[in-house]
Amino acid sequence: MSQMRARPLIDWRAKSHLAYLAYAMHRFSGLLLACFIPVHFFMLAQSLRGVEGFQQKLNLTHFWVFKFGEWALVILLTIHLVGGVRLLMIEFGPWRGLRKSWIQASIVMGILSGLLFLYLSN
Amino acid sequence: MTVIKADMRVLQAKLWYAQRISAMILGLCVAIHLLIIFYAIRGGVTAQEILGRTRGNIGFAVFYEIFVLACFVHAPIGMANILEENFPKNRFLKLVPWALALLIIFIGSVAVVSLFSGGQV
Repeated sequence: MSQMRARPLIDWRAKSHLAYLAYAMHRFSGLLLACFIPVHFFMLAQSLRGVEGFQQKLNLTHFWVFKFGEWALVILLTIHLVGGVRLLMIEFGPWRGLRKSWIQASIVMGILSGLLFLYLSN
Repeated sequence: MTVIKADMRVLQAKLWYAQRISAMILGLCVAIHLLIIFYAIRGGVTAQEILGRTRGNIGFAVFYEIFVLACFVHAPIGMANILEENFPKNRFLKLVPWALALLIIFIGSVAVVSLFSGGQV
């Protein structure tokens, strides 16, 4: 094949497949994490100001929007991690289909890490 | 219709491999980082606690610099894939993954050095 589309068209039947949910979750979580990472690093780089200056900057994040964001990002990070391991298993492991149990695991692990975050951070 | 030339396909294969190798490293790093998050958030996060763990700790610094380097490879390739698939004709958007890569390697490395030094550079 000399030419191929960058993105094949897929119908609703393909989109209703569990693997499409895994694809969508991986894309969504990855995109948000990529946007968050530079901001996260910028906040950590405020430690250049020493303990007091760093604490002043951290105090700016003691606001419900940031708390909600941290909680959501931990869930997204867990989903991206487990979903990513699934992709590596499909691509580098022995072929055992679409590894749907890993999709279920990523959802369950995401919920668990969200609950654990709420429990530990009060 | 968007077509991919032969040399672009070779590049895409190399990028695919780089992203998978970095994903293997990130898999370990993220798992450890999540455990550190769950340990660190107990009772709230303070600057004193964070710097208490990281200041002068070469193990933390090396671990997080590896983490930053793996992110530097992994995230921009993923971002480029998403932008290429959704906006194949927008040339301006091709700069976004490069900007992301530079932000990650520069700010990430500054963050690692500053957490290691504790602001005493």
